[in-house]
Amino acid sequence: MLDRTIAPDFGSIDIIKLIEPEHTTLPNGCEVYLFDSGDQELVRIEWIFGNLRFNPEKPLLNMAANTLLTEGTSALTSSQIADRIDYYGAFLQAEYGYDQSTVTLYSLTRHLGSTLPVIFDVLTDSQYPEKELDTFIRNQQQKLQVSLQKNDVLARRAFNKAVYGNTIYGQSGEAADYQQLNCTDLLDHFKQMYQPSNCTLVIAGKVKEDTLKQITDAFNGWTNYSQPANTTQPTVIPQTERLYFTDKPDALQSAIRMGLPMVNRAHPDFPALQVLNTVLGGYFGSRLMANIREDKGYTYGIGSGISSLKHGSAFFIATEVGADVCHSAIAEIEKEIKLLKTELISEEELSLVRNYMLGSLLGSLENVFSHADKFKNVYFSGLTYDYYTRYTEIIKHVTAEDLRALANQYWDFDSFYKVIVGKY
Amino acid sequence: MVKFNRFILDNGLRVIVHEDNTTPMAVVNILYDVGARDENPEQTGFAHLFEHLMFGGSVNIPTYDEPLQRVGGENNAFTSNDITNYYITLPAANLETAFWLESDRMLSLAFSEKSLEVQRNVVMEEFKQRYLNQPYGDVWLRLRPLVYKHHPYQWATIGKNLEHIEHAKIEDVKAFFKKHYTPQNAIMVVGGDVTLEQVKQLAEKWFAPIPAGEKYVRNLPQEPEQHEERRETVTAKVPLNDIYIAFQVPARTDGDYFALDLISDILSRGQSSRLYRSLVKEKQLFSEIHAHLTGSSDKGMLVVEGKPLENVSIEEAEAAIWLELEAICNNPVPEDELIKVKNKTESTMVFSEMALLDKAMNLAFFELLGDADLFNHETEKYLAVNAQQIQEQSKSVFRRDNSSTLIYLAEK
Repeated sequence: MLDRTIAPDFGSIDIIKLIEPEHTTLPNGCEVYLFDSGDQELVRIEWIFGNLRFNPEKPLLNMAANTLLTEGTSALTSSQIADRIDYYGAFLQAEYGYDQSTVTLYSLTRHLGSTLPVIFDVLTDSQYPEKELDTFIRNQQQKLQVSLQKNDVLARRAFNKAVYGNTIYGQSGEAADYQQLNCTDLLDHFKQMYQPSNCTLVIAGKVKEDTLKQITDAFNGWTNYSQPANTTQPTVIPQTERLYFTDKPDALQSAIRMGLPMVNRAHPDFPALQVLNTVLGGYFGSRLMANIREDKGYTYGIGSGISSLKHGSAFFIATEVGADVCHSAIAEIEKEIKLLKTELISEEELSLVRNYMLGSLLGSLENVFSHADKFKNVYFSGLTYDYYTRYTEIIKHVTAEDLRALANQYWDFDSFYKVIVGKY
Repeated sequence: MVKFNRFILDNGLRVIVHEDNTTPMAVVNILYDVGARDENPEQTGFAHLFEHLMFGGSVNIPTYDEPLQRVGGENNAFTSNDITNYYITLPAANLETAFWLESDRMLSLAFSEKSLEVQRNVVMEEFKQRYLNQPYGDVWLRLRPLVYKHHPYQWATIGKNLEHIEHAKIEDVKAFFKKHYTPQNAIMVVGGDVTLEQVKQLAEKWFAPIPAGEKYVRNLPQEPEQHEERRETVTAKVPLNDIYIAFQVPARTDGDYFALDLISDILSRGQSSRLYRSLVKEKQLFSEIHAHLTGSSDKGMLVVEGKPLENVSIEEAEAAIWLELEAICNNPVPEDELIKVKNKTESTMVFSEMALLDKAMNLAFFELLGDADLFNHETEKYLAVNAQQIQEQSKSVFRRDNSSTLIYLAEK
């Protein structure tokens, strides 16, 4: 007779070997990393550029210069670019990030001959046409209006501003900042930023030698600008004010975001802090979820995380809770923080979190693209693959005492930056 | 091409196995053939609330998530108007844990009062967060009853209102479980680093002993053809005006679905699509505009949604949308444009083969439609669509008397 009350045996989780890329540097200084794996005849190519130094007077330049890349060159109009890419079933994305901005091409390998020349044109000769810029400004301002009606968006903007101050991470951009964008600034920015010496090329998919040659050949004529890209950034100086409350008398829910500056991935404590964060709010079974959602029913979801950036980092807790229980929810968050600073995590809970994190790491290595993503995580933090070895070792062996010590060292609830949008 | 094997247990549970040894992981995807359309009109939101309760402990296992996380697994679920789908990803070596957990909750739930009370609250907060406390969040609560006068698609999965969720009782939960959560009402897909033999053995061990239960025979009121123009205008606390135009369209299983899907791509997929190019870029009337198809098991919707610029009147904006819809009705789609949307569909299928969970969900979904192998023939059906079909379908769908228009006016 089957006894359903007894769990089946389970094994330890062994992390598979990460695929490491082949590396070459092109004569123009562009670094190329290549991941060749997979059965599908397709490829993902990412051109990754370091953002230029933040100018508080022109906070949107990095973002706009990236987003508008597909809006026209001397040879191709915005719609011709879209036609060429779409016709071949390819996908072209310009993605702005806090530290790097990326142009990504997803293409069937057999169509690279048609899609690559478009990317070359975009990266070497974008023109930022006036008309497209006007459309962009108008539409972004409208979208911003919608976003600013969302409490969670307001909370995130206020929190970033508080912990990252007047930097590229902290300044989200206001409607007026869009107004001052202009073609001259964008072109200057483009020339300095989008040059081979500021580019890391990451290629992943079924990439044999001839495909690689096809890619590098297509970019043969890509040369550097007269001055190198200045990718240094101003120092992050958090604000002094710790409490930010925006009153929304009609709110059904209040958005809460709280936390404080933290060490980033490059710091030796980071992997253990990830374990501590997971216990608190990093997975569905976390203490915050178990208490505030699954026991109290105050929210649809609550979580915590560490955003690790190149020049800064923050630990944060975020949720949207019933407006009438906002007070109680914050009290419960405080209680959970305090508990981790005073009590030891039981071995039962800790072993669960260890396995969950290892399973999660294993599960995140789904295909060749995920292997490339793992590489980018360490590469752009200035780390090597040793990081993952150390990360898994620490997940397996960090002790409850270590975690309690870290909670005391890094978390002081009273000095948390606290943002509430809604009712309190 | 996604290869698979299929077997059926004596109790009616259909099992599909997709071996993929390029990954160290396994997925277990269980689709229950029940969605919001199967709800009592007086107890809407129940299928979705029930999905939450499936995580509140089963008859022999007090908690669901904890033992799964302990073996390195993750899970989630979603409810639509048609189906409820549960999925697990875990290291393949620990596959049996998934069978143990899923079979116990198919056998019976714990039906805990505490779990019901908490999940009622959680779902009410979800209702507020996603539908009430967001600009335009209530659009589906308004649009569905406009499009559907008879069919239960007239309510959203979250339910008609907070009260329906608030009043859910444990007896209702038990009855719902008995009616819908039976082996013969479910499809299980196991994929990843697994073998057919292993899955057969585990399925026999854990799922075969579950009683077959009674077969649920679906008999829903069907939506009659629409022959009148419908319209609703709301003034709301939203920052911008917004236009939604919904059309009734054939079901997902209808042969015309493929032409319709390509029509929605021609209109709105990517920056080369017609609505974006014409109305956002050239005429500069909208800040954003989209079209999409619901892909429903019964008669579905094709919805066009756009936010006009602030200096553009609703009338002008609406007229511009209709001009584009009339153009696709009156002129054959140029060959290049048709090739373009077909190429896009084809490459999307190739990319989707790189994601194990996507493959498993698709196999379950197509098995529900009649045969998991349909998934492997999707691309060829899209490729077979011709310009004439695009035009005919457009003409039959984009009629004023088949439209339901919902306008949001920003309260100034």
